[in-house]
Amino acid sequence: MKHEIVERKIGLMGVLIVVVISIGGLVEITPLLFSSQVRDAAPGIEPYSAMELAGRDVYIREGCYNCHSQMIRPFRSETERYGHYSLAGESVYDRPFQFGSKRTGPDLARVGGRYADAWHRVHLMNPRDVVPESNMPGYPWLAESDVDGRATVERMLALRVLGHPYTDEQIASAEKDVAGATEMDALIAYLQGLGTNLQGRR
Amino acid sequence: MSSFWSWFIIILTVANVAAAIWLMQANTKRAPGETDTTGHKWDGDLEEFNNPLPRWWLILFYVTVVFSVGYLTLYPGLGSFAGTTGWSQVGQYEEQMAAAEEKYAAFYERFAGMELAAIAADQDAMRAAGNIFGNRCAQCHGSDGRGAVGFPNLTDDAWQWGSTPDALLASIGNGRNGAMPPMGAAVGGDEAIDEVVAYVRSLSGLEAQADKAAAGQQRFATVCAACHGPDAKGNPMLGAPNLTDDSWRYGSSVEDIRYSIVNGRSNQMPAQLDALGEDRVRLMAAYVLQLSGSTGE
Repeated sequence: MKHEIVERKIGLMGVLIVVVISIGGLVEITPLLFSSQVRDAAPGIEPYSAMELAGRDVYIREGCYNCHSQMIRPFRSETERYGHYSLAGESVYDRPFQFGSKRTGPDLARVGGRYADAWHRVHLMNPRDVVPESNMPGYPWLAESDVDGRATVERMLALRVLGHPYTDEQIASAEKDVAGATEMDALIAYLQGLGTNLQGRR
Repeated sequence: MSSFWSWFIIILTVANVAAAIWLMQANTKRAPGETDTTGHKWDGDLEEFNNPLPRWWLILFYVTVVFSVGYLTLYPGLGSFAGTTGWSQVGQYEEQMAAAEEKYAAFYERFAGMELAAIAADQDAMRAAGNIFGNRCAQCHGSDGRGAVGFPNLTDDAWQWGSTPDALLASIGNGRNGAMPPMGAAVGGDEAIDEVVAYVRSLSGLEAQADKAAAGQQRFATVCAACHGPDAKGNPMLGAPNLTDDSWRYGSSVEDIRYSIVNGRSNQMPAQLDALGEDRVRLMAAYVLQLSGSTGE
């Protein structure tokens, strides 16, 4: 093809550019959108409970993902430390996903059950009370602010529109479920559930 | 992957490589009738050469084409075609795990029939255990094993749940749930609590008013002794700590003890068996013995 043709017809050039840069995405992304392995929940994976969902919002608001990933890669060095590698079907109810890209702190994909609730409470107030070497900041204000029950219900309704299978009962009881809980309680509930639901892992 | 998406990927990928080759081919030589300039002229004398692509650059480009063909033949890339090497990410992981399993099985075999005290005396075992401790235990018990407020010091000789091999293996493998219920109401009133606090402090030789402590002893015998024992030496079956030693989980100040009585305390040791497996749990039990300088009886 002559350069002249492409260079003189800017519309044609635009179309050709779009075609060229789409190939990678068409090959690598579109087939995944139709793959059940990626779209469907892995065995045992349920949408977050009201309490966990409220905690997840705290996690995102406080920017935990800036230092903590939630993605265990399939290498022995990772699985020995963190547990079974993460599966795509574990993240289907994560909107947005919290894979993260940087580990200043450890990966949290399977932190659930690894520490006691009491440990999380001390650690979130001031990490150095239990881990003197830690450079994580403390989050003491989480213990002083309550979870907004109404907002939690609205988030669940929004997620249901996106296809999360919340039942009417779950939504009806959500406000009661988080009543009186502090943001720290919710965050700990979220952390303690992380990675624990997958069935058939090592 | 369905065959539709497989072919979708194969056709697009192959067509993309072919189109790239064609694009280079088509631009390598001048078409008949083309001149050595593009025919534009700016500012009177500025012209643009119409040179073919340099040969060295073209060769580099064709090297990338050859690489892509080789890659797509050897490794998975073309839809459901698995590649002639049969490599996969999970396959590589399983191989890594199997190789490690073989290597470490030989290491742990040595300790299978050994007493915990003997393992605790083995340098290789303790080096391996130290690494596991850093990964899974140090977050609560501290990298030196000295614990923190609310989390047991493993280097002293106080044992909340006992130090027999069975007790140690159960503590590490299955975890423990420690709960001191709020006892303010049962003890009865502010003054009564002060008296019990004084008695508890006097038990381990801390400063306390003698008359208050004596009154507290009565209350202790009716309420606290149920778990901590009449002699206050605790009960490892319940995880009730010995109150007569100088080991303090939640602090020994009047305020700390008062808080423990009024609000209770609860904490868990998470079970480690699923994550570590039996061999490593044994090693860790021996490591805990070694930390405390005890032989486990």
